[in-house]
Amino acid sequence: MGKITNEELLQKVTAQFGETVTNVSMPYDLLTFETTRENIIELLAWLKTDAVLQFIYLTDLTAIHLPEQTGKEIGVIYHLHSLVNNVRLRIKVFMADGDLNIPSATRVWRGANWMERETYDFFGINFEGHPDLRRILNVDDMTVFPMRREYPLEDPNRVDKKDYFFGR
Amino acid sequence: MENQLVFNDNDPQTELSTLNLGPTHPATHGVFQNVIQLDGERIVSGVSTIGYIHRAFEKIAEHRPFYQITPLTDRLNYCSSPINNMGWHMTVEKLLNIQTPKRVDYLRIIVMELARLADHIVCNGVLGVDTGAFTGFLYMMEYREAIYEIYEEVCGSRLTTNIGRIGGFERNFNDIAFNKIRKFLDDFPKVLKEFENLFNRNRIFIDRTRGVAATSAETALDYSWSGPILRATGVDYDVRAMNPYCSYDDLDFEVPVGNTGDVYDRFLVRNEEMWQSMRMIQQCLDKIAKEDPAIFHADVPEFYLPPKEEVYNNMEALIYHFKIVMGEIETPVGEVYHSVEGANGELGFYLVNDGGRTPYRLHFRRPSFINYQMYAPMSRGMLLSDAIINMSSLNVIAGELDA
Repeated sequence: MGKITNEELLQKVTAQFGETVTNVSMPYDLLTFETTRENIIELLAWLKTDAVLQFIYLTDLTAIHLPEQTGKEIGVIYHLHSLVNNVRLRIKVFMADGDLNIPSATRVWRGANWMERETYDFFGINFEGHPDLRRILNVDDMTVFPMRREYPLEDPNRVDKKDYFFGR
Repeated sequence: MENQLVFNDNDPQTELSTLNLGPTHPATHGVFQNVIQLDGERIVSGVSTIGYIHRAFEKIAEHRPFYQITPLTDRLNYCSSPINNMGWHMTVEKLLNIQTPKRVDYLRIIVMELARLADHIVCNGVLGVDTGAFTGFLYMMEYREAIYEIYEEVCGSRLTTNIGRIGGFERNFNDIAFNKIRKFLDDFPKVLKEFENLFNRNRIFIDRTRGVAATSAETALDYSWSGPILRATGVDYDVRAMNPYCSYDDLDFEVPVGNTGDVYDRFLVRNEEMWQSMRMIQQCLDKIAKEDPAIFHADVPEFYLPPKEEVYNNMEALIYHFKIVMGEIETPVGEVYHSVEGANGELGFYLVNDGGRTPYRLHFRRPSFINYQMYAPMSRGMLLSDAIINMSSLNVIAGELDA
């Protein structure tokens, strides 16, 4: 296990960022909390540079779409890892669907570049200040953001795909 | 700016040439494109394009029950599919709070380390081919075949193995499989030694690789690198050692690290990892000898997909089989992040489950995708021939890059 417990970590974070840290939970021993997009870059930079915590490693960056959660439909999820203390951390930032702007984490880790491009490609989140925010896996002229819930996977039982329509 | 191409068409003195490296260039090892601007043989700028084989794995996974996601994970890093496969099942087991028996853990380690060996055989062999040495590749490929024969004995297939089940394996390892594993452990060290002799002090190989694409630990961490290429820079981050899963903490092994992070170091780290993998397999074989040979899965009938012969002969197994295949099993609400040490880095699964038939959200942290993003920026100022060697040493797998 890590050298810092989740409780100590949470204490340090709340001491620094106070009420902006909400919805704290620990699913499967991974400290998870929400914050706001105004604070996220400051929080990430602080976690990275803090002499004790040293969350120097951005493991993963992705998003989730929860359409029934009104006002907080889209969440960006950061997984950080403090390699020195061997503690992982999950941070979420939720946004309303019509207003998907969040500052880019590329200022803190250059490695966030493609992760944010992928997230933009799938969910349409605008990472402000990203050096090169383009689609990465899908074609450039695509108009939809395919991982969002309003685009269901094509139904294999669709009638117009039945074999007898094609003489098979 | 680092992902932009440079054009100085107006200046006749420095006319740059544009080269499309890929999507079907033999040296790109897969389907991705690098448009590079060359001043003579030196790269001035470059842009990488991936996504040529994007198959929407995450979207498909969100429409499938847990077991039907298994074949998708096999197709991420197809050079070492059992690692992805086991990683996925371990993620689900973490969600469902299933403890696997020790024998299952050791069998899993054996399969995963064999997969790592197969992957490193291909990667280091091809690195030799790209520097002009075909011999090493030919010697080693025979042993990847030997590993595939072991898979075949254990699960019936070779490349995309579908080897795991929630809680264990689909069938027990038979004696032929164990004999093949032992034979592999007897034969391979000699070949690996020969392979190292062929390369490690080879003047041409050293000239082509030492100092090429040297990367500092800070840069590698900044770009979230993981796996052998991160360890070559001197950071001893290995998921197996740092966050042990699957009883890796019972084993005695070392995490090899380099210091300069150049291509030569990456090659050495992979070679050393192959020795460590064999050491781990040997320890697991010794430990398994003390366990009950009949155990090959956890006793969780509501989640473990029973083998076919049991389904045909046992009413309970038939019922559970039916419920599982129809996606009627009850799963807890929760979110899990679980990572395993894939052959080319930290392979993570972020799973959000809402208790329905299918995962609500499933994200793969694919090491190739994250490792490769530095390729174009780091190629600046490099010779074209060095950029080719750099690419093969990064161990990019197109299936994982595009998912």
